[in-house]
Amino acid sequence: MSKQQQHWEKTRGLLFVTLAIWFVFSIGIFFFGAEMQESNIRPFGYPLTYWFTCQGSLGIFVILIFWFAGRQEKIDEEFGYSEKEDD
Amino acid sequence: MFKGKFIDNLPKIYGTYTGGFLVFIILMAIAEQAGMSAKLIGIFFVAFTVLIYALIGYLSRTLQVDAYYVAGRQVPTVFNGMATAADWMSGASFVAMAGGIYFKGYGYMALLVGWTGGYVLVASLLAPYLRKFGCYTVPDFIGTRYGGNAARLCAVLVLTVASFTYVTAQINATGTIASVALDIPFGIAVYVGLASILMCSMLGGMRAVTWTQVAQYIVLIIAYLLPVFWISNKLGAGVFPHFMLADEVARIAELESQFGLGTVKNSAADLATVPKGLAGITKAHSDVNTTPWKFISLAVCMMAGTASLPHVMMRYFTTPSVKSARRSVGWSLFFIFLLYSSAPMLATLSKLSLMDPNLATGIIGKSIADVQSLDWYQNWNQANLMFVSDFNGNGTLELNEFFMGGKAVVLATPEIAGLPYVISGLVAAGGMAAAMSTADGLVLAIANALSHDLYYKIIDPKAETAKRLIVARVLLVIIGFAGATIAALEIQGILGSVIWAFDFAMSGLFFPLVLGVWWKRANAQGAVAGMLLGLASGTAYLVWVRTGGAGFWGVTQLTFGIVGSLVSLVSMVVVSLMTKAPDAATQRMVDEVRVPSGKTVLGKQH
Repeated sequence: MSKQQQHWEKTRGLLFVTLAIWFVFSIGIFFFGAEMQESNIRPFGYPLTYWFTCQGSLGIFVILIFWFAGRQEKIDEEFGYSEKEDD
Repeated sequence: MFKGKFIDNLPKIYGTYTGGFLVFIILMAIAEQAGMSAKLIGIFFVAFTVLIYALIGYLSRTLQVDAYYVAGRQVPTVFNGMATAADWMSGASFVAMAGGIYFKGYGYMALLVGWTGGYVLVASLLAPYLRKFGCYTVPDFIGTRYGGNAARLCAVLVLTVASFTYVTAQINATGTIASVALDIPFGIAVYVGLASILMCSMLGGMRAVTWTQVAQYIVLIIAYLLPVFWISNKLGAGVFPHFMLADEVARIAELESQFGLGTVKNSAADLATVPKGLAGITKAHSDVNTTPWKFISLAVCMMAGTASLPHVMMRYFTTPSVKSARRSVGWSLFFIFLLYSSAPMLATLSKLSLMDPNLATGIIGKSIADVQSLDWYQNWNQANLMFVSDFNGNGTLELNEFFMGGKAVVLATPEIAGLPYVISGLVAAGGMAAAMSTADGLVLAIANALSHDLYYKIIDPKAETAKRLIVARVLLVIIGFAGATIAALEIQGILGSVIWAFDFAMSGLFFPLVLGVWWKRANAQGAVAGMLLGLASGTAYLVWVRTGGAGFWGVTQLTFGIVGSLVSLVSMVVVSLMTKAPDAATQRMVDEVRVPSGKTVLGKQH
């Protein structure tokens, strides 16, 4: 397998992990909205589903994107595909 | 004061600007104490900020193609994040979202999840690859990746339909705010809003829009957060509302049952007397009150729509590198998060201020005559955004007898909570900034697609730079006027039109864009089929449901993108596989796009 193919394999792997996390917090948990709302886990005292819709999922997405960007940069470096001129 | 290049001085320039704006707010507060009228304060706020944007637009004028289309590709990561956040957060986010949550509760909070979750798709599936491609517009990518004018033309078509639906809503929002703040009729205010939008974008294209959007973000975020923190502290609800409103959320649930929410219903005859567009509270504040699919389908549409809307995507064409495009998506979402996580808090505080009889501001349970004599009630009643009526004739105001327009939740809450008028002026300026920045991005996206892809790439490929840029500007004005004319008709509310725009974009563009990067086998025939059939089936479904059709799978007129994009995916895959694979040059191009380093696929000037 060429260097470029290996790079793309790894990039795809990272995409699947990222999309899996994304799926859980944007779609998956909301199948159980009614059950979660009754749960005893109450972040900052808010009902759980309410908290996820107004802060939890949103915050997780922000962190997820920065994590994804960092991992992708590592993959690019590993194969020598980083850009020279960076800001 | 500022030595060296403009780009190197950005933190200083915008730091000074922010300081200046804060001083302006303080001056206005002093003027209010000295007896300046509320109307004059509103005019000052809107006029002053709009003039600043126009000045930035003028200073960023340019005669270069790559500055006009992609701001010279030198916008630093964090600043591009701010510009994207302003580009993204429209009148719907700023003026209408908290209202939607206020009235509809959980069901509308799908918008919060959808409008943020989409950025994960943008960052991982599209933005870095399109940046590497080096295109000027989204149809530029489609046209070059798939080859041929047909694909390019289809992309222009989808882009225009989606963005135009969106832009009418934004011009409507600028018109609403301008008409309230400047006290002029809506029909005229729409054109005042349009003039301010064009001033920002006409001379400098993307470069001007970028630097005004950063300035607009600063105004809108101050205008949104300051009242939320102020009201929360004033009510003693918590120093930092986002983490401390749990008791208030619980208190609202308690009041809702006390006031008989859901048990006391208005008769149809009573409701007929309520002015059009106003609504009462009918859904519980924090209950999970919809079926999971209803919530999830709306979130899915908003997420896929986010990843297909060209005015957002083209912001990532302006960063210096692929790496910074990726990081910039993260910053965009961070800046958006600041406002979105505050919207439910504002809805909570607004509702509590109105409902809680223990608070001085509470009106439910007071006598109707008292409420009708309140200053703020009279103001907003005149603006046709608030209404009370004694349906049961007992002389006191019940929860089901108070009606408000969705826009009023953001615009009127500072006044209701008893904040000085200067805050209301600030909020008006913020709403104006939000609507203008998005309208600018959208008008520019349409005009650029028409001037670059339709005029230059298809009609007259030999056109000189000067001529290209003149065509681009003329189109900008024409599209702006067309948008304003339709906005003046007020066909659909702000939030409804915006949601439609996402569904249109998702129906036609999501899969052709994503598969363009992630599936080498996708070819021009497939892409054309995907775009056309996706858009056509989505539109047909919308028309069908709007004209009384039953629909299927629980897909409503707000989520028709699900139907459109599924048709788009299936037809694109089937047609691609039935026709010839793309040639070797195209396959090499896709390989090239997948590697961050090296030259862009399209040249610097094209």
